[in-house]
Amino acid sequence: MSNHRTNQDRIVGNSVPRKEGRDKVTGRAQYIDDMVLPNMIFGATVRSQIARGKIKKITFPPEINWNELTVVSAKDIPGKNCIALIADDQPCLADEIVNHPEEPILLLAHPDRYALRKAVDSISIEYDSLPAIFTIEESERRSQIVWGTDNIFKTYVIEKGDVESVWKKADRIVEEEYATGAQEQLYIENNGMIAAWDPQHGITVWGSLQCPYYVHKALMALCDLPAEKVRVVQMETGGAFGGKEEYPSMIAAHASLLAIKSGRPVKIVYDRMEDMAATTKRHPSRTRHRTAVSRDGKILGGEIEFTIDGGAYTTLSTVVLSRGAIHAGGPYYWPNVRIRAKAVATNAPPHGAFRGFGAPQSLFAMERHMDRIAQVVGISPIEIRRRNFLRPGQTTTTEQIVHEEIDLPQLLERALQLADYRSKKKSFAGENKSGTSKRGIGIAAFLHGAGFTGSGERYLSSVVGLEGCADGGVRVLVSSTEFGQGTKTVLCQIAAESLGVAYEAVSIAQPDTLEVPNSGPTVASRTAMVVGKLLESAARGIKQTLTLSGRLHDSYSPDEFREACSSYVAEHGPFRSLARYDPPTDIFWDDEKYRGEAYAAFAWAVYIAQVTVDLATYSATVDDFVALQEIGRVLHPVLAKGQITGGVAQGIGFALYEKVIWQNGRMQNGQMTNYIMPTSSDLPPIRVFFEELGNVHGAFGAKGIGELPMDGPAPAIINAVEDALGIHFNSIPLLPEDIFDAITSESQLASAPRSSGQEDSGT
Amino acid sequence: MIHSSAHVTKSEITLTVNGESRTVRAYPMERLLDVLRNQLGLTGAKEGCGEGECGSCSVLMDGALVNSCLVPVLQATNASIFTIEGLAEGVDLHPAQEAFLQCGGAQCGICTPGMILAAQHLLSKNPEPSGEDIREGVAGNLCRCTGYMQIFEAVAEAARRRNKVTAKTT
Repeated sequence: MSNHRTNQDRIVGNSVPRKEGRDKVTGRAQYIDDMVLPNMIFGATVRSQIARGKIKKITFPPEINWNELTVVSAKDIPGKNCIALIADDQPCLADEIVNHPEEPILLLAHPDRYALRKAVDSISIEYDSLPAIFTIEESERRSQIVWGTDNIFKTYVIEKGDVESVWKKADRIVEEEYATGAQEQLYIENNGMIAAWDPQHGITVWGSLQCPYYVHKALMALCDLPAEKVRVVQMETGGAFGGKEEYPSMIAAHASLLAIKSGRPVKIVYDRMEDMAATTKRHPSRTRHRTAVSRDGKILGGEIEFTIDGGAYTTLSTVVLSRGAIHAGGPYYWPNVRIRAKAVATNAPPHGAFRGFGAPQSLFAMERHMDRIAQVVGISPIEIRRRNFLRPGQTTTTEQIVHEEIDLPQLLERALQLADYRSKKKSFAGENKSGTSKRGIGIAAFLHGAGFTGSGERYLSSVVGLEGCADGGVRVLVSSTEFGQGTKTVLCQIAAESLGVAYEAVSIAQPDTLEVPNSGPTVASRTAMVVGKLLESAARGIKQTLTLSGRLHDSYSPDEFREACSSYVAEHGPFRSLARYDPPTDIFWDDEKYRGEAYAAFAWAVYIAQVTVDLATYSATVDDFVALQEIGRVLHPVLAKGQITGGVAQGIGFALYEKVIWQNGRMQNGQMTNYIMPTSSDLPPIRVFFEELGNVHGAFGAKGIGELPMDGPAPAIINAVEDALGIHFNSIPLLPEDIFDAITSESQLASAPRSSGQEDSGT
Repeated sequence: MIHSSAHVTKSEITLTVNGESRTVRAYPMERLLDVLRNQLGLTGAKEGCGEGECGSCSVLMDGALVNSCLVPVLQATNASIFTIEGLAEGVDLHPAQEAFLQCGGAQCGICTPGMILAAQHLLSKNPEPSGEDIREGVAGNLCRCTGYMQIFEAVAEAARRRNKVTAKTT
């Protein structure tokens, strides 16, 4: 290691300038819609208007000059008609049968966007409709089998101890059902791709995307091309949040087919309505808890049934289900538990990845349920959590031993103090006896596993590279993508710190499959932790090359490094050091039994929300929000804080604002006018605090944080709403009309007022 | 997207963009956003929603903050349009741009040009905005990444930097 650096000029831990920041604040950053290729034409998609049925007839009306258009159908696909991902069940273009509204059927391209739009609108398709299903319950009833033999994409069972033994020992059994709705990622940049084809080099696509090698894999199968004839380049990407994890493969496939057939570069950029209607959203979920507890509120055991609506095709539902199931028990100790998880098929457009990936759904249920158990037992929301928190040495639901020295009671206590919880709780209870608005405060405690689940990282076997350059600087080579989180900045910080050079001496390559190795997808809160850790190894290789060549001593200054590196390149040319993921030997995971070390590290958090419910408008607003989390090490304070505030804002939307209105599987409110995300006037101060325990599996002690902040806000907020109103809400989003309905039906029923916290029913 | 019907012809429209007089040939109802992006190569203004909700296409038109996706180019005849490309002077960033960089006001960057122009518009009317003023000043511009907190900090920082510059020059 270099030892010329003091703590003050460490790079990791400091808020260095964002690598691509200057381009972003000057408007020079190039997103896909900013890119124009010579001779480029525009592409569009003709989609199914119905949820399920057979395509009978497609009519191309004569008033359109079809000679000007390129038309692509399933028959034009050179390879396999599917979007290769986990299961190969999703067609690139529907052939004879459609299984959800907005399913792509035909592709059109034209040099003029207006003429293109006209042509798309002119096509009429006749169908033989088949009955369709749209809810988890309908799918379970199997009156229609819309996928496989039983409408089930995947099931998991996680079993620990002996659940059957606990029911007779229980003083109380608390049963409840919880539900969460679909949520749109609503990145501000809509999806888009450009494809160009030439017979010699194959297909190249540029686009807004998270996972270049997912797109690469999909195009190889679709176009029947070898790896070297498919090139995928990520452009600056205007937000993703999971929403650009799998669907970009579909758009890249479409653009590619049009480019191959027309012989010209083709750009497909969705408008907002198409993006919202056709691309993936967060899986709607239903969670049932049946929990055995002792008189003093200790969890003895329980059953958790976690079910998600996957929509019409598998896409990522199996993995979303897995993460949701593993997080379903929250940060609590379950001596006995059975978690049954199931992803079912409906005729909605496929649901997919969205920040948190199943965990926000199952943790919403868990954290609402903890408040419910507290009520039934007659103890406070603080006490119920304190008595059941996981402690170091105990095991999670998958029997992973908690090795980290996490002190959850202390984390909770600090959050309570930061939020001034106790005195607020008391004063709200007093104020709420009168007045036209009610205030409340709620807690959520949770954890989030960083990196791929179980043996995922082992299968990915990611590779990263560092390249010594002629100017003595170093370039990071990864397929990990920047879409706002700060990937470029943090990975350059890690490389610079590892090499003992200045941050400015490190640059990062644009993700381009022709140039960068496959460092895995940019998902699962894995980039800083897993990819960053690999860069530490790659840095050792660079240093070794330079020391073995006699150009560098064991101890060196940044200037000495630069000279050594440039002199080496002058003689031998640019040189690379690659590092491949080496699975830790002490991590064990059993894919069959779903048992073992589910994640190399967990981040831990306690969030506290304060709300006001206005009894004139029935709207709930969040007045204050405390987000306290342990994330290993903060690599970049400004970026880390930005990840948390952004995630909390999305969580507030998930809880109180963002409702997808469905009709026969079609989104009815696919506009920013009627699908409401929080604006700057809707949000409270979001106060962010960190604790840092370090993490041996992460770069410089980091853990993943990208998804964590999505998990806690919704339950904390709904717990606060219940604290304000004394009404139990189990389903989100919770809109003013839902609160209105509950209050009016309560007041019709209520001659006796409820007293929250004392209730002794529900068993 | 506005459909230009075939019988409407393009006309010559002159406007000032970032201080320079420009003449374009466009359909009268073409969106100012498309003219800026496709004809003038100014791609800093972005289309997020196409219906005036997100503010990513914000530009200043005769000093007013407008959604350029809602402005027919005809309406911009002889107007003075100011886009994000006009803000930095040479290599020197504008104080608002510096502040957004420093405070983490830009994450994915897609709302950033519009957001910075909204900030600039606010500060030109109200050089010392309160927290509430800032919240309202950027309420027409949606950001999905930041949760706005660091944007508020950036606007407050931009005000400080701006006032420092003004104090020095007076």
